[in-house]
Amino acid sequence: MKIQTLKRALAVSSLTATVLGLTGCATANNPKDPFEGFNRAMFTVNEGIDVVVKPVAQGYDAAAPAPVKAGIGNFFGNLSDIWTAFNNFLQGKGSEGVSDVGRVLVNSTIGIAGLFDVATDMGMEKHAEDFGQTLGKWGVGDGPYFYWPIIGPRTTRDTFGWVADSYADPVLHIHDVPVRNTLAGIRFIDLRASLLPTDKIIEQAAFDKYNYIRDAYLQHRRAEINDGQASVEGRGDVECKQGRCY
Amino acid sequence: MKSFFALVVGAVLCCSAAFAQEEAPDALVKKVTDDVLTIVRQDKDIQSGNTKKAIELVEAKVLPNFNFQRMTALAVGRDWNKATPEQKKHLSEEFKTLLVRTYSNALTSYKDQAVRYKPTKMQAGDSDVVVRTEIVQSGSKPIQLDYSLEKQAEGWKVYDVIVAGVSLVTNYRDTFAQEVRANGIDGLIQMLATKNKQLETAKK
Repeated sequence: MKIQTLKRALAVSSLTATVLGLTGCATANNPKDPFEGFNRAMFTVNEGIDVVVKPVAQGYDAAAPAPVKAGIGNFFGNLSDIWTAFNNFLQGKGSEGVSDVGRVLVNSTIGIAGLFDVATDMGMEKHAEDFGQTLGKWGVGDGPYFYWPIIGPRTTRDTFGWVADSYADPVLHIHDVPVRNTLAGIRFIDLRASLLPTDKIIEQAAFDKYNYIRDAYLQHRRAEINDGQASVEGRGDVECKQGRCY
Repeated sequence: MKSFFALVVGAVLCCSAAFAQEEAPDALVKKVTDDVLTIVRQDKDIQSGNTKKAIELVEAKVLPNFNFQRMTALAVGRDWNKATPEQKKHLSEEFKTLLVRTYSNALTSYKDQAVRYKPTKMQAGDSDVVVRTEIVQSGSKPIQLDYSLEKQAEGWKVYDVIVAGVSLVTNYRDTFAQEVRANGIDGLIQMLATKNKQLETAKK
């Protein structure tokens, strides 16, 4: 198992290295996005994959009754709470971490293997932490932005964070391959279905979908790392008052 | 990204101008949000995706409480200073049309999420505040929805909406700056106008 994970990590880092090598001399228009050429190509790849995935997600969204969808979302949410708890401890947020452990205990038992999120009703709020955020808290910078096949937007730091997240993912550790793939598949479709309302909005709001998603992703991650405290700083260094911008 | 769900309520701000003068910014945000959501909860047309009706609701209830001139300035950034008063007017008009249409649409996917209002840090004499709210849904992390407001002669006006850390206004900044660099302010006005026309004709 260890070796497999190591291989996975190596695959990603060598992929990163290859990409850096390939696109290193491309002209960088946007300092936030030095590998825009590669990223846009991958974006197109994902849009292609989505031609197949989206109808499946739409079918699931239409066919599954709301309580079933909620149960599926809660089940995977409960699994991810374990890793969230661990990351909260790593970030020194002890009380959040303790609350997350409480959530897992409550939801896994009273909540019937995580199908019901009773912990939220008991006042233990859901958090969402990942290893990329932990690295960010520890002071690791974003690094160049990437758009990967399947997993989508990630900064360099969050790409490595994602490798750690995958390593810790209980679903990917299931030995029975059909069970593992089925669960991973359901989770992927459930995630895609949860993004359906967003599609229409981005479709309308964005002049360039790639740009819109990149800029939103970068602002969003910054806010997540700061736990929402500095969201207004998303406005950047320009301020406008009385009709002038500085 | 799922956070865009919160736009539902992001689209929702405002109140009556007469009241506005007296009202504190957080009370204003709460009043308008409650008003709009009450209407959406009862309106089957909006729930089933009637964008036109949602736009009418936003125009009546939400728009009077926004400062679109400043919103547009923030989206354009430093290039704003290069625009003539005439260009500024055009830019603001087009940007307003785009935001209203996009986010009225978000209202149509509202599904009974609760809104929680967080305490507002504000001192007497402040003319610029952030009102923080959260959209609460069972089974997922609450989504932060913050409003920046400034005090004007006619009362408090919203000039930025920040959903899960993403400013709906400055998210356009790079795209707009690129266009101004390539085709000038008029190019940007043209780009916005074309987009609005597309959206207008795209929907039945």
